[in-house]
Amino acid sequence: MPGSTKRVRRRTGGRRGKTAAIIAVAATGALVMTSCGSSGGSSTSSGAGPSGSSAKAEFNAGNKGIVNESDHAGGTVTYQLSSTPDSMDPGNTYYAFMWDFSRLYTRALTTFQPAPGQDGLKLVPDLASGLGAPSDGGRTWTYHIRPDLKYSDGTPITTADVKYAVERSNFAPEALSNGPTYFHQYLQDNTPAYQGPYKDKTGGLNSIETPDATTIVFHLNQPFADFDYLVSSPETAPVPQAKDNGSDYVKNVVASGSYMFASYQDGVGASLVKNPNWNPASDPIRKQYPDRINVQFNIAQTTVDNNLIAGNATMDLAGAGMAAATQATVLGNPQQKAHVDDAVSGALAYVAMSTNVAPLDNVHCRQAVEYAIDKQSVQTATGGPIRGEIASTILPTSVSGYTPYNAYPTTDNKGANSPDGLQKAKDQLAQCGHPDGFSTNLSARSDRPNEVAIAQAVQASLKQVGINVNIQQYPSGKYFTDNAGAPAFVHANDLGLMMMAWAPDWPTGYGFLEQILDGNAIKASGNSNLSELNDPNVNQMLAAAISNTDNAARTAAWGDIDKAAMQQAPLVPLLYRLDPLYRPDAATNVFVTPAYGMYDYLLVGTK
Amino acid sequence: MGAYVIRRTLAAILLLFVVSAITFAIFFLVPRLAGESSSQLAAQYVGRDPSPEALAAVKKNLGFDQPLYTQYWQFIHGIFAGRTFHYGPDASHCAVPCFGYSFKTHLPVWPQITQRLPVTLSLAFGAAVIWVFTGVTIGVISALKRGSIFDRLSMGIALAGVSLPIFFTALVSLSLFSYKWAIFPNLHYVPLTQDPVAWAKNLVLPWVTLAFLYSALYARLTRAGMLETMAEDYIRTARAKGLNERVVVVRHGLRAALTPIVTIFGLDLGLLLGGAVLTETAFSLPGVGQYAVQAINENDLPKIMAVTTLAAFFIVIANLLVDILYVVLDPRVRYS
Repeated sequence: MPGSTKRVRRRTGGRRGKTAAIIAVAATGALVMTSCGSSGGSSTSSGAGPSGSSAKAEFNAGNKGIVNESDHAGGTVTYQLSSTPDSMDPGNTYYAFMWDFSRLYTRALTTFQPAPGQDGLKLVPDLASGLGAPSDGGRTWTYHIRPDLKYSDGTPITTADVKYAVERSNFAPEALSNGPTYFHQYLQDNTPAYQGPYKDKTGGLNSIETPDATTIVFHLNQPFADFDYLVSSPETAPVPQAKDNGSDYVKNVVASGSYMFASYQDGVGASLVKNPNWNPASDPIRKQYPDRINVQFNIAQTTVDNNLIAGNATMDLAGAGMAAATQATVLGNPQQKAHVDDAVSGALAYVAMSTNVAPLDNVHCRQAVEYAIDKQSVQTATGGPIRGEIASTILPTSVSGYTPYNAYPTTDNKGANSPDGLQKAKDQLAQCGHPDGFSTNLSARSDRPNEVAIAQAVQASLKQVGINVNIQQYPSGKYFTDNAGAPAFVHANDLGLMMMAWAPDWPTGYGFLEQILDGNAIKASGNSNLSELNDPNVNQMLAAAISNTDNAARTAAWGDIDKAAMQQAPLVPLLYRLDPLYRPDAATNVFVTPAYGMYDYLLVGTK
Repeated sequence: MGAYVIRRTLAAILLLFVVSAITFAIFFLVPRLAGESSSQLAAQYVGRDPSPEALAAVKKNLGFDQPLYTQYWQFIHGIFAGRTFHYGPDASHCAVPCFGYSFKTHLPVWPQITQRLPVTLSLAFGAAVIWVFTGVTIGVISALKRGSIFDRLSMGIALAGVSLPIFFTALVSLSLFSYKWAIFPNLHYVPLTQDPVAWAKNLVLPWVTLAFLYSALYARLTRAGMLETMAEDYIRTARAKGLNERVVVVRHGLRAALTPIVTIFGLDLGLLLGGAVLTETAFSLPGVGQYAVQAINENDLPKIMAVTTLAAFFIVIANLLVDILYVVLDPRVRYS
């Protein structure tokens, strides 16, 4: 999705700003001067934890199984974050880590199974008693919630609260503007348009019906087979209207999950305790392991890392990987490296090529770029294999429908730095009428040094075939509204190439591909289809696939669309992004969920 | 004296208005002069890919659809008379002094600052006590024992204290005393009212780190001042009159040498109260300085305005107090 949770999550890292950058540099010196010890290897114990196999605590153990699996209850789990979340209100957040973490105190209609590996991509009913029942060709979806559910204050949870939660999160931007608005986009609107629950006191959105307290029916404006994924968003977590006070609700969130807020202080942190009204019989996926869960915001990233290593914290809430300084130290120490999981983030780093900026409006010029870029040098520039796996497809490995293939192979992925890559690129340049190359501009986000480093590697590769690239840097805050995401700006400034990183809101082909490949998704501002690909065949394939309620056929279609799009060469896939995460000894039930590309926070406890 | 204080107070209020106007212009006028439209400004504060209706709603709520002078007037008016906002089911009143609502969180700014102020006050005053005591003491002893090993050693350390940037000393001290030896593990702010011992234990490292920089500076300043003062004729006269050496040093020497120290102390403390940005960031203390960093990173204009105004307020007040203190410290100073 455009506001991609992952994209926003990474922006959090970028926001650390100059001060943090200075601190990070200084930290390198400090860490070199002082070696930070760790308390050795961790043990594995058996018990009734999440579904999945137990794993010995070693490098990448959390990617394959559950580390320190345990049903030990008690203690305090501490999450630390180098920034602040956009909001802890489930209806006002777009950060992947908050979608993961909010499941501790809220329950959406569906969620991802808490399990390592591919099992973690499986959707399971959460507040609902089963997955959605589609009808009317995928235009109507019906859910029944479990009986006798209660909020943390003891009042009953009804489907009217789920309807209200969707209305406030999607139709009231004057109060809650951070989250995505897919429900606004896909639900039938009222006539005249619904103004949201804060302005329109006369009634709610007609396209969500609640015929009784446990049934909810959504009427969509188009067939949408991924709707079960859409309702896994925290925006469907129930909110009691009587307790909602708009943007202030974040100070007093009423819990439906196994934990509830004991305190919350904006910009500082929060503390959660066990929810006495949560009924384990109604909830097959949650437990109440720790007695208390503390969340601390604005802790310097190097401090978060060192606290994890020293055992002073349990989890880095952002789940976006260690600071560069810590990473170098930890990976160089075999004992500490055994505590690292290199998590597949689910994001793809790529270079988008404008189909409307000459000479890249010619497919052969774009294919020349495909062949010329040395992806090994790109990987090195971003920090090596620990930070990304070389990509050849648009769909990342953790997204359903991923089909491995390479439309533009070169020896060892070295592009123009290999004899065959050089030759193929030159052949394509000749076919596009620029045998000696051409000049173009490449945009990158100035406050993302990693992205700028990749851009420089791309620049060096393309120089080999006579393509002269001029790197243009823009601040990430306006990258999509004013620069690369504004087609008029792209055309006026000859941005033939644009750096981009993209992750899905939900891990299916549609969640990943629609906003970056569908011609109908092109916008004057906030555009994510940076290449402005508007191929009728690709558009039609996307529309047909999302209408298909046959899961297997739909999944196969995403791979086909990936291949069809790559024939047009709208982008050069560079890296499937990886984030090295540190797992402390004391943390139990630790594993990486591919659904969020970080540790699954639902069952984390402490020894 | 009374007239002087009133005059200075009025000047201080005028200065605060000027500071607020300049800050407002930098963040609200300059982007417009650079060609940024109100919609583009609003787009920064709404989720990605907003609908035109959402953009219009945010623009209206943040006041970007108003002329600049109206926006500034509303800001100033809010500080003295409060404002009413619509960020929920009902209109909410932002009480005096209302610095507005955060563009990002839609929560009022002033309560967030008052929550963080005790952190900054704890840090600044605790560090100030240490640096004034150690800095002045070392400075006086160094001056009295000029050329001794103590003098050379302390001035050498002072030079290091002044030279090393605080983010470096903070990280080294954290690495040594929090991670490696775990004397102060998992530092986090605990309110004084909640647990005074934990409050002090969690602040010792930030205090000492911050004070290391300032005490070095103050030691050098005090030493220079004392060397100059102790060579004055009236010191010789005092000694000739048979006064106790301690009285000569403290009442006649140090008192005169303190005047420039008090001046710079006022400025330093005022600056710190507006937010010890680097120290709070390095030690992850949730004070006003960290809040300022967060506001700048998020481009959250009401937060930036509030912190800037608060910082200016503290500096102006500190200067005013220093001017008044001159009268007490130096009998030669009289205001008419």
